[in-house]
Amino acid sequence: MRFSDVILQTAAKVLVFIIMIYSIYILFAGHNNPGGGFIGGLITASALMLLYLAFDVETVREIVPVDFKIVGAVGVMLALLTGFGAVLFGAPFLTQVYRYVTLPLLGKTGLGTAFVFDLGVYLAVIGTTVTIIRSISEDQ
Amino acid sequence: MSLLHLAILLPFIYTVFVPLFFKKLPRIHTGWFVIVVPLLLFIYFLSYFPVQTALAPIVHSVPWIPSAGIHLTLHLDGLALLFALIITGIGTLVVLYSIYYMSMKREALHNFYIYLLVFMGAMLGIVLSDNLMVMYVFWEATSVSSFLLIAYWYQRKKSRYGAQKAMLITVSGGFAMLLGALMLGSAAGTFSIREMIDMRESIADHALFFPAMILILLGAFTKSAQFPFHIWLPDAMEAPTPISSYLHSATMVKAGVYLVARVTPIFGGDINWFWIIAVVGTTTLFWGAFMAIRQTDLKALLAYSTISQLGLIMSLFGIGSLALNPAYAAESDWFEAAILAAIFHLFNHSIFKGCLFMVVGILDHETGTRDIRKLGGLMSLMPISFTLTVIGGLSMAGLPPFSGFLSKEMFFAGVLAAHHHTEQWTLWLPIAAWVASIFTFVYCLILVFKTFTGNYHPDRLDKKPHEAPAGMLVPPIVLAVMAVAAFFFPNLLSYSLFEPAMHSVLPGVLLPGETFHVKIKAWHGFNMELFMTIGIVIIGTLLYLTFKKWSEIYYNLPQKFTLNSLYDRGLTGAEQLSARITGTYMNGFLHSYLSYIFAFVLIVVGGSFVLHNAFGADLSTNAAIGLYEYILAGAIAVLSGFVIFVNSRLTAIIAVGAVGYLVSLLFVIFRAPDLALTQLVVETITTALFLLCFYFLPKLKTEMTRIRVKLSNLVISVGIGALFTLIGIAAQGSNQFKPISAFFQDAYELSGAKNMVNAILVDFRAFDTMLESVVLFTAGIGVYTLIKLRKSRREHH
Repeated sequence: MRFSDVILQTAAKVLVFIIMIYSIYILFAGHNNPGGGFIGGLITASALMLLYLAFDVETVREIVPVDFKIVGAVGVMLALLTGFGAVLFGAPFLTQVYRYVTLPLLGKTGLGTAFVFDLGVYLAVIGTTVTIIRSISEDQ
Repeated sequence: MSLLHLAILLPFIYTVFVPLFFKKLPRIHTGWFVIVVPLLLFIYFLSYFPVQTALAPIVHSVPWIPSAGIHLTLHLDGLALLFALIITGIGTLVVLYSIYYMSMKREALHNFYIYLLVFMGAMLGIVLSDNLMVMYVFWEATSVSSFLLIAYWYQRKKSRYGAQKAMLITVSGGFAMLLGALMLGSAAGTFSIREMIDMRESIADHALFFPAMILILLGAFTKSAQFPFHIWLPDAMEAPTPISSYLHSATMVKAGVYLVARVTPIFGGDINWFWIIAVVGTTTLFWGAFMAIRQTDLKALLAYSTISQLGLIMSLFGIGSLALNPAYAAESDWFEAAILAAIFHLFNHSIFKGCLFMVVGILDHETGTRDIRKLGGLMSLMPISFTLTVIGGLSMAGLPPFSGFLSKEMFFAGVLAAHHHTEQWTLWLPIAAWVASIFTFVYCLILVFKTFTGNYHPDRLDKKPHEAPAGMLVPPIVLAVMAVAAFFFPNLLSYSLFEPAMHSVLPGVLLPGETFHVKIKAWHGFNMELFMTIGIVIIGTLLYLTFKKWSEIYYNLPQKFTLNSLYDRGLTGAEQLSARITGTYMNGFLHSYLSYIFAFVLIVVGGSFVLHNAFGADLSTNAAIGLYEYILAGAIAVLSGFVIFVNSRLTAIIAVGAVGYLVSLLFVIFRAPDLALTQLVVETITTALFLLCFYFLPKLKTEMTRIRVKLSNLVISVGIGALFTLIGIAAQGSNQFKPISAFFQDAYELSGAKNMVNAILVDFRAFDTMLESVVLFTAGIGVYTLIKLRKSRREHH
């Protein structure tokens, strides 16, 4: 598939970054506001989707030289390992803990293992979705 | 979390580093890094070795799934310690041996050692777990690692065949064991073996007692290659020889024996337990020894010999279980001696068989063949290997001055006792044992003399044979020295290792303060056992010398009805049958698949709704429906109807996408921002994906289908639509269970999250989310493989 839609391509170049930043915001916001790893991951995937629609597969491969199968695998591993982390401390599998810490610049911030878990979900969703999109669009 | 838990985890954790060693330090054999693990563990377990006092059982527990009564409880007692020492001790020797056996340049060593470490950890898990469910997990893990190791040279067809056979047989047995464990668990109300032992009387009266016993025995028999499940072990010899000596003679195949020993306190009081194990064990002993003689491949010979020896140990545990039977309380001394014999022989077998396998590996490595017909006259060329074979072989044959003699005599004492103290007609038990021992003697002679004496045929060998490097000889030498030492000083271990192990198998037999009589002696005077051994030597030698004359009976055995051909035909039959069944409904049309799914949902869900009369609506408590909601619902209905009648795919995709966006608007109105966000993004991505796929789809055209198909389509689609509408309405009114929403009200206090939806996802129901991510990722990989495979196949043609 080779599109050469100038308007779409120009817009995509800007939009992708906005969507990406938004997705990271969503990932972090999930704790206290609407959002979370799953939605964040989907939004990132949709940004990449936009790239695929605007440019052809080869170009996107050059722009984002990442093997998304590995991204997904890392995400799943991360989610699993946070679960086992609890076991190491003698708590049941997947017990999440949180603390309030005062960080420079950010002030009082809640830090929790749940976020690491959510990050795992985020990566798993990105990895899986983009793998599917990529394999379908590469299949000519 | 205790050191004991870490001991099991260590091999698993270490697997992560093995590829790094292999890739980053290619000049050093990876085995040198791996050997640290079994060595450390061996030293660790040795620290529990009781020198003066009996080992008090050590228990450490970590909750795993407390709601289901599954805890990672580890229990180290005499029996577990014996096995742990065998696993880590022989493991160390095997890794050392493999360093010289496995070529550093040609082999994928990282795979080899990862599988080996996984096996080691899982095997330790089996012998240390107190919880039957946890033990089952480790049990299957050993089957899987054994599968991977047998198929290590997966390029060879025979390796794959052997691996599949081992996997199918041991895993089916494992399933049976799981069922048995579940039955036992429901009978006892716990999965802890120790607690079950404490309440064995009440379990014995339970209706599930006998089925559980049979199923658990099935697991043990398949794993320990007992007749008629033994057929997988000879085929498992395709594995590299270090593996054969480790998994398929010293440790994994003993897991079944371990299981029998471990649950003997629960089942041992039942007479059926004795009969089943004694009969199966003796049959295996006899058949294995009989079949070993005809083998021309040295490893196959050792495989059948392992089967036979496992049968011997098994039957001893069966006989020994009579000590727990109240009807035989008066004679229990005899049966306690049988348990001692079983444990002692288990120890001896691990030693001499490990040694023999390693020597056969050396022969294979140095001459390029394991075929007896090609070998011969190697005595002067490989004197050390010859000595080792003599020690191992004669120990197996049960001759002094090797440890096998002691346990063989004790075995005869056991079967004679079983005959004397049970019914008259059990005379076959000592006779079968005796005849099997004669065959054992014959194949030991074949192993020693056909290989090392006679004429030397250099023309039949691929390589010029010479003695193996020292590193390869050290492990079997260590084992051979132990086999001799155990003859002269058997009591070094009897009070420190065997006696505590007997306590685990026969709890409650002794009064407090008593100990088992475990003095092992080589000389008992001229008794029946000694005459049996003398008879074996005389008749065995005669049979060996006249082997050519009577070997024909092997060729007259019916080929068609062997267990192997039964297995092969069963497998092909099952494959054909399933292919035929699958072929009838997997016709390649998406349309058919969708109709199956929807029809199934309609019948099952709709059926159960009708059965329970669950339809009904209670809309009285609902809030008033606003104008927006009417407009949105109306728009959704119009668009959905529109999809049916459009003629272009593009329009249909856009209309479906619009429906999705409208639904997300509904979520906004109902104040569910998380749902609305998710729905919006999902809709965007699916629409784009549709568009991508759409590029490859053929043009939509009105299909000419028969009226019957059209009608059934109509019924299914209208039915599904109606069903889900009714379910939605019915779900409103009914409240079958206590709402769990109260629990989530404290989300902020419990998880520190203001967003309750997210707190549910990542904290309260994190297990669901985790498994969903795994499923999602698996599905993604599935899509990837399907598309890529199809592509590569197309390119291939």
